[in-house]
Amino acid sequence: MVDVITYDVVQVTILSLYVSGSATILGALIGVPLGAAIGLKEFGGKGLLKTITYTMYGFPPVISGLFIYYVFSRAGPLGDFGILFTPTAMILAQTLLVIPLVAGVTISSVSEVDRNIKNTVLSLGASDRQATFTVIKEAWVGVITAVMIGFGRAIAEVGAAYMVGGNIEGKTRVLTTAIMLETRMGHFEYAIGLGVVLLIVACGVFLFMRWLQERELL
Amino acid sequence: MVAREGTTVNEILRTEGLTKEYGKKVAVSDVSISVNEGDVIGIMGPSGSGKSTFFRLINMLEPPTKGTVVLDGKEISTSDSDVHMTRRKMALVLQKPAAMNRSVFNNIAFGLQLRGIEDEEVERRVTDYLGRLGLAESKERNARSLSGGEMQRMCFARSVIVEPKLILLDEFTANLDPQNISILENAVRDFVKRGDAAAMIITHNPFQAKRLCDRSVLMMDGEFIEQGETSKIFSSPSDERTKAFVSGEMVF
Ligand SMILES: Nc1ncnc2c1ncn2[C@@H]1O[C@H](COP(=O)(O)OP(=O)(O)OP(=O)(O)O)[C@@H](O)[C@H]1O
Ligand SMILES: [Mg+2]
Repeated sequence: MVDVITYDVVQVTILSLYVSGSATILGALIGVPLGAAIGLKEFGGKGLLKTITYTMYGFPPVISGLFIYYVFSRAGPLGDFGILFTPTAMILAQTLLVIPLVAGVTISSVSEVDRNIKNTVLSLGASDRQATFTVIKEAWVGVITAVMIGFGRAIAEVGAAYMVGGNIEGKTRVLTTAIMLETRMGHFEYAIGLGVVLLIVACGVFLFMRWLQERELL
Repeated sequence: MVAREGTTVNEILRTEGLTKEYGKKVAVSDVSISVNEGDVIGIMGPSGSGKSTFFRLINMLEPPTKGTVVLDGKEISTSDSDVHMTRRKMALVLQKPAAMNRSVFNNIAFGLQLRGIEDEEVERRVTDYLGRLGLAESKERNARSLSGGEMQRMCFARSVIVEPKLILLDEFTANLDPQNISILENAVRDFVKRGDAAAMIITHNPFQAKRLCDRSVLMMDGEFIEQGETSKIFSSPSDERTKAFVSGEMVF
């Protein structure tokens, strides 16, 4: 039975981790500062921006895929990059999904840090940037949670990965798209087997992060 | 304070017509004061009269609606790009003590580290303050686990240790027992003894004002309705509202 799967499951798993891991890191690099800025600064339209961020939690992966597909398609504005149907395109599409989640959870965590902490830090002579950094540190557990939720969304989604990746064997096939393929071909055992791998990978990453956190390495 | 023969007393802080409105609410209204080196000034007044807001304006944590703050001879503004450098000349102990999620040592060291002071010097000064304020044994504890009194002493140490020109203390001994109060009051006396610094103290306790402050002001509905020698405010108030406030506050 095993010979039905002709592609390398290990490689597919590694690609999943690479694509979703990169999307999470990119999304965190953008989403954490964005969320901190929205959460800590006072400006007109702040409430609206928060609402938009929270609404984007529900942003459908297919729409993100469609957007990246359009932008990087041959006729699209960035078509010359030729990254459609490569892991890079998948990373970008997933990054779009990760950003609002990370930003949103960061907004809530920094808002929960006592407003007095920021004033205390400022009154001790910190610059605005140093104060923001200190508040992010105070909200650290929440920020890490935000990043983990972001990773959870990226590794689990299939729509964006399929649209801009194309599920090309040996090139852009990841766990979720492979499961879809096997199911469609009626190979339920393999689909379930891959599903178990996906579950182990996703939960394993979460467990590892928890482990780091408990040892205060994160 | 009276200038000694042959010396001039330098002005540390001056506010002119300082005003803060929150929508229709006028929290601070046209407030002017001058603070010299060596001064310890008491700010009293009922709850909601604008005392804490006044301190936040001085410390440039919020922009005033109107008016100016002159610190060490220079007019300052929240929109200055180097406002945090100006702020380093003052220290504000907030009404609600807030601890960063780190050790007592690292909380107290924070301001010194921001100023790029070397580790050995930081260690030396923090240890000195820990001892002075009876916190030596709590050095390694997470600051969030401190008791109320320990927390207030830590917050005080954390602000004073940077040796500001002006310290703003917002009800810094509220809820404390007499022993803690006297530790902190003595620390304020030590602080101004340096000679080139000043303190402003918000307090609801007229006896504390009498003990510590040469001059006091009485704030009501955002205005300074009385300003002068602390004892005079209590013995011969000029404003009717002061009389009512003073008689109320003095009854225990
Ligand atoms: N950010 C704000 N937005 C709206 N109103 C505010 C704000 N900060 C303070 N106020 C209002 O301004 C007034 C003065 O408040 P402030 O905290 O300065 O009083 P206070 O004299 O320190 O009182 P207390 O003795 O109770 O500490 C109050 O009516 C308060 O509700
Ligand atoms: Mg107050």
